[in-house]
Amino acid sequence: MIERVVKIKNKAGLHTRPAATIVKIAAKYKCDFFISRNGMIINGKSIIGVMTLAAEEGAELTLTFDGVDEEAAADEIADLFERGFDEE
Amino acid sequence: MKSFKEIYKSAENKIAGIAAAPGIVIGDVYLFTKEKLEISKADIKDVDEAKRNFQEALEKSKKELKKIFAIAKERMGNTRAGIFEAQLMILDDPVLIDNIIKRIEEEKKQPEYIVDDEISKYQQMMFLSNESYMKERANDIEDIKNRIVRNLRKKRWQSRIKGEVIIVSDSLTPADALLLSRNNIKSFVTDHGGLTSHAAIISRSLNIPAVVGTHNATLKLKDRQKVIVDGFYGYVLFDPTEEQIAFFDEKHKHLVQLQREFDELADKPAVTKDGKEIELLANVDVTGEIDVVKTSGAKGIGLYRSEQLLDEMDTIPNEEEQALIYTRLASRIYPDSITIRAFDIGGDKFKLFDYDEPNPFLGLRGIRILLENPELFKEQVRAVLRASVNKNVKLMLPMISTIDEINRSKEIIENCKKELTSEQIPFDKDIEVGIMVEVPAAAVMAKEFADATDFLSIGTNDLIQYLMAVDRGNDLVSDLYQEFSPVVLRTIKKIVDDAKLVGKPVSLCGEMAADTLAMPLLIGLGLESLSISPRTIPYAKRIIMSFSHADARAMAEKCTMCCYEYEIEKTIQEFFEDNQIVRTRNII
Repeated sequence: MIERVVKIKNKAGLHTRPAATIVKIAAKYKCDFFISRNGMIINGKSIIGVMTLAAEEGAELTLTFDGVDEEAAADEIADLFERGFDEE
Repeated sequence: MKSFKEIYKSAENKIAGIAAAPGIVIGDVYLFTKEKLEISKADIKDVDEAKRNFQEALEKSKKELKKIFAIAKERMGNTRAGIFEAQLMILDDPVLIDNIIKRIEEEKKQPEYIVDDEISKYQQMMFLSNESYMKERANDIEDIKNRIVRNLRKKRWQSRIKGEVIIVSDSLTPADALLLSRNNIKSFVTDHGGLTSHAAIISRSLNIPAVVGTHNATLKLKDRQKVIVDGFYGYVLFDPTEEQIAFFDEKHKHLVQLQREFDELADKPAVTKDGKEIELLANVDVTGEIDVVKTSGAKGIGLYRSEQLLDEMDTIPNEEEQALIYTRLASRIYPDSITIRAFDIGGDKFKLFDYDEPNPFLGLRGIRILLENPELFKEQVRAVLRASVNKNVKLMLPMISTIDEINRSKEIIENCKKELTSEQIPFDKDIEVGIMVEVPAAAVMAKEFADATDFLSIGTNDLIQYLMAVDRGNDLVSDLYQEFSPVVLRTIKKIVDDAKLVGKPVSLCGEMAADTLAMPLLIGLGLESLSISPRTIPYAKRIIMSFSHADARAMAEKCTMCCYEYEIEKTIQEFFEDNQIVRTRNII
């Protein structure tokens, strides 16, 4: 299992569009993927789940990956957060 | 004939709301209840059949949503249609779908109960959030939940309605409003929602009169009840009296007739009797309004409120997206020009940034936020510059209160120009940059500020609030918000005179300009350019053509001597009477 702590970098926060992007990427991997914040844990492969997370700029989230391709999934998704979802 | 004010004052059968889209409609209520059906929690015997039904309902829902998505793209453009894309993804959500199937197998209950229960859990979480956009999101999800449940019951969407009706509903999801608009809908009335709710935005872009935020219209109104909907003032009158029907019938006929006259006026310039031409520009809030601008006879867009994009797109658009939108607007309005106001965020408008301010109206808003976030500002400036290739784009800075803010902004703009030059991206090197005068500080320094920029635009809404130190949304003090106060008049006069002194153009935008009563006064004070809602332009033009500039100046001169608001109002009224100006309506 891999754990990564990421920060929301874009101004608008984790709104619907990045939520959809995360879910689409996660769907490519076999491993389990969870996102947690303030004790709330949601499945990162579920769009409706990710949409319940209100995460504004600067918020810290913990990502956990568990499964055969966890390494690659962690890299790609953490990188997406790192790039601020390619938004400002 | 009575005035609107008098009609509403004596009316006991009125429901007050927010005027979301203009127009007057008399017609019958169609209560559009969202089938708040009792969800059946009954046990089931055949689990396989229940699972099959559920899958079929999902497929059916997908088909429907895809259709809505296509209509939305066609009528609203890609960005705003995005609301429906997330809904489509939810129908493919593996976690949600698996959970529902598992629960059907284990609990052996009606799938509609499981679907409702499961999706409601997520909504609960969203409602718990303090962020207002999360509540909006929970409402969007309500739509998808109801869609699945309805399809489980193999019911058809209640969107084919016979006859011309007025839809009354607790709230309208974007999908409802769109689908309903394909029927002969005369008007929308809702319990919830504000000016920026999806329903309001869609009504405006589809030109359907609407009153939103009435709190309890669905409780007060009955199916097929006769009502009058006034999308100008934001009222609904139920079981109207004969007097009311006669009044609004008259108004409605008048509007239809006016519309015909206005269509003829559209190509004519706004000239006073003695030959002074007044430039009438359009304010644009919603990108879709550009069509209305084109037919209104406006000489261009005097105020494009770019912050509206944040609302339309549910995020801050990046440079590319902004450049695309601004370029499209600029080319649609060409050869006329468009003045893009930089994001005026803060205050009551948006709360995108996590600053908790005790006094937001005196806090970080307008240019202050932009200078605090230079990257955000730079992206917008670059996008505006990129849209300026045809030399018909101007940039306007909001909430300027010091010369230092002007200098710092200009420095950023210059840097952006240098960057674009080195990247070999074309733009208008002589792009005009002006400021909003909406803070008393800017009014006091109008001459110096005008000297430092290319143009001034007086924003009356904020200027009056700050001049009088009054929040017009606060009922306890809103009496002090006086558009015809001598304070306001003298301040506008000073700004206009100062700008002329240094030879810079000055315009005025805000609700005051939209009030036809104020028109001769503002022109008499020396304004030669007004930016108003596109729908008001024909009204304004008609008034301007019915008096002489010299008379208006004399009247304004008299008004600036007054000490009381009532004196000023009386002077204006007399001016209207003396010049036999028929105030067609002071509708906005």
